[in-house]
Order: sequence, then C-alpha cells, then structure tokens
Amino acid sequence: MSIEARLPPPQYALRLKRALGGQAGWSGFALQILFVATLAWIGYEIVANARANLEAQRITSGFGFLNNTAGFDVSQSLIPYSGSSTYTRVFLVGLLNTLLVSVIGIFFATIIGFIVALGRLSPNGLLSRVAGAYVEIIRNLPVLFQILFWYLAVLAALPGPRQSISVFSTFYLNNRGLVIPWPIAEPGLLPFVIALAVAIIAALALRTYARRELFLKGHAVRIWPYVIGVLIGLPLISALVFGKPVQFDVPVLKGFNFAGGARVIPEFVALTAALSMYTAAFIAEVVRAGILSVHKGQMEAGVSLGLSRGRVLRLIVIPQALRVILPPLTNQYLNLTKNSSLAVAIGYPELVSVFMGTTLSQTGQAIEIIAITMGVYLLLSLITSAIMSFYGWRLGKRLGA
Amino acid sequence: MKRVSLAFTFALATALASPGAHADTLKTVKDRGMLSCGVSQGLPGFSNPDDKGNWTGLDVDICRAVAAAIFNDPTKIKFVPLSAKDRFTALQSGEIDMLSRNTTWTLSRDTSLGANFTGVTYYDGQGFLVKKSLKVNSALELNSASVCVQTGTTTEQNLADYFKGNNMKYEVIAFAGADETFKAYESGRCDVVTSDVSQLYAERLKLATPADHVVLPEVISKEPLGPMVRHGDDQWFDIVKWVLFAMVDAEEMGITQKNLDEMAKSDKPDMKRAFGTDGNLGEQLGLTKDWLYRIVKAVGNYGEAFDRNVGAGSKLQIARGLNQLWNKGGIQYAPPIR
Repeated sequence: MSIEARLPPPQYALRLKRALGGQAGWSGFALQILFVATLAWIGYEIVANARANLEAQRITSGFGFLNNTAGFDVSQSLIPYSGSSTYTRVFLVGLLNTLLVSVIGIFFATIIGFIVALGRLSPNGLLSRVAGAYVEIIRNLPVLFQILFWYLAVLAALPGPRQSISVFSTFYLNNRGLVIPWPIAEPGLLPFVIALAVAIIAALALRTYARRELFLKGHAVRIWPYVIGVLIGLPLISALVFGKPVQFDVPVLKGFNFAGGARVIPEFVALTAALSMYTAAFIAEVVRAGILSVHKGQMEAGVSLGLSRGRVLRLIVIPQALRVILPPLTNQYLNLTKNSSLAVAIGYPELVSVFMGTTLSQTGQAIEIIAITMGVYLLLSLITSAIMSFYGWRLGKRLGA
Repeated sequence: MKRVSLAFTFALATALASPGAHADTLKTVKDRGMLSCGVSQGLPGFSNPDDKGNWTGLDVDICRAVAAAIFNDPTKIKFVPLSAKDRFTALQSGEIDMLSRNTTWTLSRDTSLGANFTGVTYYDGQGFLVKKSLKVNSALELNSASVCVQTGTTTEQNLADYFKGNNMKYEVIAFAGADETFKAYESGRCDVVTSDVSQLYAERLKLATPADHVVLPEVISKEPLGPMVRHGDDQWFDIVKWVLFAMVDAEEMGITQKNLDEMAKSDKPDMKRAFGTDGNLGEQLGLTKDWLYRIVKAVGNYGEAFDRNVGAGSKLQIARGLNQLWNKGGIQYAPPIR
C-alpha cells in the first residue's frame, strides 16, 4: 500500500485573478475595466461632440492646414525657413527655438545654481551673504518681470546699429543683438574634422593608458604634453596640407543693419538670461538642501583623510547629495522649459508665439493647435523626466545603493 | 496668460457644450439686459477707455448703436477688451455677442472662423511708421530694416509679401500686443513699425514725441475693417449689419443728431419709412419701429461718428478719403432702407 502524494489542486483561476485584479481579486479587475471604459467613453464623447459643434458652426477642422503655406517670416530659425514654407515648418521652427532656449537655459541655470549653492554654504561670510541675497531677490520677483527687465531695461539701453560697440571691427554689439563672424565651409573642412576626431580619440586613449598605469602599477605618467601636442598638431597639419577648413564671413554695416556674419538676437539673450538666473535661484536652494542632507561625518571623514575641501565636496559629498537633488532638480528643468513660453511678451519666436500665436490666428484652428502644443510640452516634460530618471538610476547603481 | 486660457476655454467649451448653442442672440442679449461687445485693448479713435473707464471710438460707437437699437440705451454694454490673437476665440466661444475691433475682412476669416463680417466700418490699408531721423521717404528704401509687428493680424503676411515682391530683405520681430510692439519700436529695437495706417496715426499720438515720427506714403494692402458675428444666427447678423447701414444711410439722407427730431416729422416717404412712421421695417429686423431714431440719437450718423472719433473733430485728424460717402468721392455705400 502506498500513499499517493496528492498534488495540490491547480489554482489557475486564482492565479489569473491575481494577475488581472491584483490583491482585490475579481471585483478589482471589474472596477479597472469599468474605469478604463468610462475614460474611453468620455474621450470619445469629447472628440465627437467637438466635431459636431465645429461642423454646426462651420468652423474648419482637421490637420490639413499643416500643409498650407504660412506666408509670414520669423526672426530666428535654426532650420532653413522662408515665408513660402508650410505651417509644419513653422511648428518645427518654433519647437527648435523653444528647445534652444530650454537647453541653454538649463545649462546656465545648473552652473549658476551650483555656484550660488556652494557660495551660500561657504565659510566665507561675505560670499555666503551675497549668495543668500541673490537667492532671495531673484526667486521672489515674477519671472515675466525679469524677462521684461532684461529686454526693456538692459538690452534696449545698448546703442543703435550705427553706433555699435565694436570689438576689433569683427564683433559688434548693439540693440539689435550681438553680431559675430560666421564660419563658412571650405574644401579643407572634411579632413580637418577627421583629424580633430582622430586627435580626440588618441587623447582619450592616452588617458585610459595613464589611468591603468596609475591604478595597476602605481606610477603616474605625465601625458598632458602629448595630449596637447596631438590635439593641436593633427588639425594643424591637416590645415597646412588641405588648405584652411573655414573662412569667416565678417559682418559689415549695410543700410539699417549688419549684413553677413551671424547674429544673436536680443530677445533670445533676454529670455535665456532671465530664465537661467530665475531658475538658478531655485536650483541653488535644491543643491544646498541636498548637500546639507549628507551627514557631516562624511565631510569630517574626508578632511581627516587629508583631502582638500573642494575634493571632499566633489568626490564624497556631491555624489551622495545628487540622489536627493535630482528629483527636485528635474522639476526646475521642467519649469524652465514651460516658462520659456513667456517669450511672447518680448517677441522671441518660440512655439507658443509662432504656432499658438500667429498660426492660430491665421488659420483659426484653435482646437487642433492647442492640442498639438499641449502634446509637445507634455512630451518635452516626459523626455526630460526620463533622462533625469535614467541618470538617477545610473547614479544609484554606481553608488551601490 | 489670459490669451492662452481663453483659447483653452474655447477648446473645452466646444468639446463639452451641446451642439446648437447660442442660436438666438437677440433674445440672449435682451434677457441679459446688456450687449457684450469685443473691442481692442486701447486704440485711440477706434476703441479706447478713458481714465474713468468710459469707452469711446468708432468701433465703440458701432456697439453703442446696436445697444441703442435694442435697449434705447447706448450704455447697456459690457466692453470686453481683446488682443488681436484672442478676438476670434472670444466670439466663437460666445463670450461676446459681436466683435467690433478693427478687424480686417478677408476670405479665410469669413469662411473658416465660424463667423461673418457684417460690413465695413472703415476702409484701411497697411502702412509704415518710421523715425524722421532715418530720412526715409518711401517704403521701398527699407531694404535690410528691422520691422516690428503685432502677431495675430493680417499684417505679418502682407509684410512678407511686400518685401518679397520688391526683393528686399528684412528682419521681423513679432509681439503679442500693440503696446509691446510700439514700445520695442520706440526703444530702437526696430527701424520701422507696420500696421494699419489708422492704427499708426493713433499709436503715434501715444509716443513720447509724435512729431519725430512719420507715416510713409505707401499703403501696401487693402484692409476693410468691420464688425463680426457668429455663424448660425441670421437675425442677429441682419441686425448688426443694418445698424451700420442705418448710420451710413442717415448721413446720406442728411439726418444728424441735431436735426433728428425735425427730420422725424418729415413727410417725405423715405424719411417716414426710415423713422418707422410708415411701415414696420424695424420690426422686420426684430427691433422696434423707431430703431433708426434711437441709433442716430445715441451716436449720430456715420459721418458724425467718423469726425468725432478719427476725423476732423478728433486728435487723429484722419481725412475721410475712401470712407467718404459714395456720392461724395468715397466708397461708403449702404443699401436703401425700404
């Protein structure tokens, strides 16, 4: 007589239930289905109703307008654009201008923010007070006010084009912006770029070699003369052999404005300056909080190892602080991107100005354009968040947390 | 961010409202006891508030005439100041009953916005304002200039067409509001500012030293300005249309604010029809028999409104030009009241 080992009854139903409904079981699953269905129904009603309303009022709808000719010009465009381009092109021009301000603004805001935060934490009383005053003044003034201040008070005070401030007769600063010489490609450009790339790769390889020597064998190798030599030498040889890589188009005053060269428009400068300084004040506080959140024993331990204050900050404190800093820092980056839409006040041609402004009033298709614009800002924010999350994840892995 | 929220409200309203809303505008206005009229944010001569908040101007007078025809009281109006960008959205969403805000009549605006133009209150054209010190005498000398312009207008396209057509280069800086545009011009950010000529004259008055600036002779476009109403209410469309016609016809018939009571007693058949002592033309519009009397009493005839707001009797001193009556060399012409 043998005792048969009885298998437990298969619990497929239960497993399925768990998989679909989580802890709550079937009722939870049903509720989720119901919720999704309701959302879908509301969404459908909104779209169908809007369509019926538009038709009833005979307002044009649909996305066909994107292929129509825009017929207006913009003052700054990163891609070729003219009045005969389409509204799709206008959208891209606006989007790129928004991205340009956002990326450059984020870059400067981060740098200024870190500097101010370190200044505020500095044992030097004067420095910390100045940094403190910066934070309190800048973050308590409305950002629109600051944009207008930079535009109407600072930059408008510059002289007109004919009385430009000139540097070596190549750079000109006036109330129309900063005019600079602009490189134009010559036949020697391609070999030059290749030589430069090779030089950079060689320099990186040297660095890896030097590190390995240091970590494995324990002796420091002096590589910097070779690095400088290869970085300057290779492109120089290329330029001598294949001719100069670029020629500079120097601006000349012609009529009302400068012709030739490239120009940084004051709207861009005012917007970037205002947004980076404003956001920097918040970032400074975020960074300060992050640094203070690291136990002071870490600092003391670093100092007792004989490291300098700067090294302790860079190698010990800031990497740990970053874990606290990153999430609120992401918020500030998102704020800066969204605040860039205030540019309409000073005529910088970003997305809201050229697309939700001029395009909307020329085509009158409010619903489509607002939907697109909302989608773009949402997407930009999600991408920024994703990049920051990825960085945070890598940081966490490196710290072994 | 009012303009964004307004457009957003419209998008929401269109998505949520039941189809066929705002059908009977006249009844809505009467029930509310007030006409809601969209005007500019301050343009001397056309729609401009004084320091006590009283609105005056030619566009404002059209609103007042409509209110007078309905309520026999030109003050029963709520003025809604709108930027160039917001104006159509405000009309579409039903925030205002009519738009009287120096708006150019174009084909695309007439067909794609769900609204109709009711007539032309002012025949305008686009021009250029420059500093006298630049010594520019013609718009054709503006090659390579920086031009300030207000977004949300027909101006940007005309500007692009004109410079392209004449093979000239330019830089455009587009601002959301008229104030920002002219401030940037005054600060030297641009050499020229372009807009409808009437607006240039009006805004020039606001500059620090108006005499240092000059409007160039070129008029580069046709800008017939007129009021707008929403699609879907023909009676309301008729009312706003005929209020303007009544003002023009009154001028043609010699009816003025001064001689109004005297003319009302006239035995001439056309006078009797106009004043409603014979027939019921006003009632056919959904108004009262004495509609024309009410209008002229409130704002005067077209010529009087023109002179008082933008013409000889105003600071702007704009000549009648195209806006003179058809039988006096202009093109203002209204169908007969019969």
